[in-house]
Amino acid sequence: MSMRTPLKKVRYLGSAKEGADHFWKQRVTAVANVFLGIFLVWLIVSLVGADHASVKARLANPLIALAILALVISGTIHMRMGMQTIIEDYVHGEGAKIVLLMLNTFFAAFIALTCVYAVLKLSFGA
Amino acid sequence: MAEASSGRGTRARRPLSPHIQIYKWPPAMLMSILHRITGGALYVGTILLALWLISAATGPENFDYVSSWFATIPGKLILFGYTWALIHHMLGGLRHFLWDTGRGYDLKLIDQLSWGTLVASIAITLLIWIGVGFGGA
Repeated sequence: MSMRTPLKKVRYLGSAKEGADHFWKQRVTAVANVFLGIFLVWLIVSLVGADHASVKARLANPLIALAILALVISGTIHMRMGMQTIIEDYVHGEGAKIVLLMLNTFFAAFIALTCVYAVLKLSFGA
Repeated sequence: MAEASSGRGTRARRPLSPHIQIYKWPPAMLMSILHRITGGALYVGTILLALWLISAATGPENFDYVSSWFATIPGKLILFGYTWALIHHMLGGLRHFLWDTGRGYDLKLIDQLSWGTLVASIAITLLIWIGVGFGGA
């Protein structure tokens, strides 16, 4: 006869009770992305055909740089959560699911770090 | 997965739900699928934004090289698709904000909102690209 309590047996096996947090972060970044996405379209439209010097000067503008950083951070958080949901919906093998969830985080972090590095270099670099 | 059973050795014949091939798609179902597909496309497409920013940060040669790829016909097609994915996903998100407030669930309105986001996303994407002269010849 097991001496474990029923609670001990089920703990960590069911809902993680993080659904509301996931939902809320997804919505907060979604609201931010509406404005930042419109900004991105405007930025790129205004730079169509521009040469490197003018693009560089534009991206080094503090307001533009801050908006791109906000877009990159909010966007990569949002897309990581979205892809997490897709993986959890379609991948049912425990091993494959864990690997894909990890790769998802790595990809989002890679994109975020690459973009942030580029913006900082454009702002502060020689 | 546990199968439904009569308990007497033969499987009970229960009605099956219609499969997507013979199912008349409600517009909201199409929009739901498109929302997920455009989300996935935007996810992968962030590589383009990262490439563009890194090339700008690493000098004119890299920037001109990446820009020359974006200026090709396939490059422009991808960017056009990316623009549509962004706008469509954004409008779909706005529709979800409305639904989050508990409003907009009238069946007729759901259909109108669904087709509306599709038509609006195509129209806005075309307007943006006409605005920039389709990126020049």
